[in-house]
Amino acid sequence: MFEKVLMIVLIALTISIIAAIYRVVKGPSMPDRVIALDMIGINLVAAVAVISVLLKTYAFLEVILLIGILSFVGTIAFARFIERGVVIERNRDN
Amino acid sequence: MRPNDILLHSVTKIATFIILTFSIYLFFAGHHNPGGGFIGGLATASVVVLLFLAFDVETVKKYLPLDFQLMTALGVLLAVLTGVGSFFFDAPFLSQTFDYFELPIFGEVELATAVLFDIGVAMAVIGTAVTIILSISEAD
Repeated sequence: MFEKVLMIVLIALTISIIAAIYRVVKGPSMPDRVIALDMIGINLVAAVAVISVLLKTYAFLEVILLIGILSFVGTIAFARFIERGVVIERNRDN
Repeated sequence: MRPNDILLHSVTKIATFIILTFSIYLFFAGHHNPGGGFIGGLATASVVVLLFLAFDVETVKKYLPLDFQLMTALGVLLAVLTGVGSFFFDAPFLSQTFDYFELPIFGEVELATAVLFDIGVAMAVIGTAVTIILSISEAD
């Protein structure tokens, strides 16, 4: 029963990721794609959490935090690139 | 016009400590749990990259005066020296050992020489990752 619920949750997350992929491919502007990629990252975090419950293991909990960190850093890098044209600035004051 | 990134700066100042704590946890968890020198080093490198993203290269270099190329070299040297050190005890190259010690706060702790090798790996990974990103960003 519980495993069936987890599988349904996984399927729902998959549909959500597919919807985000549609936005990545189709998205008319660049920020749409970046937000969709961020959403895919969050959905992956949820999927890893559900899978680690399904497999009855603690071994994937670091993966959850790591995907969160990498998704955050990646989104900020994309946002910097869209806003300024450079990702890492030499000197902020000029 | 100088842009005002106060949200990004505030979040970075808090997130840096959380990610650094997590990377140190990952480093020390590597002996019995998932983790280790490589992923701990990469998480630390992501902290430095986040600082580079939120601030600029010169500010970060001013407040974090680390030579990352030297860090890579020292890491590789440390990893090799832990291998060479096993020669002094009549053991083959890269032999590892461990023992249990009584530490003041932690109680009985297992200390392994593999941690020294892992510190070398972590330093090499941090140095390499940050050097790559810095040299890409500076090639205008």
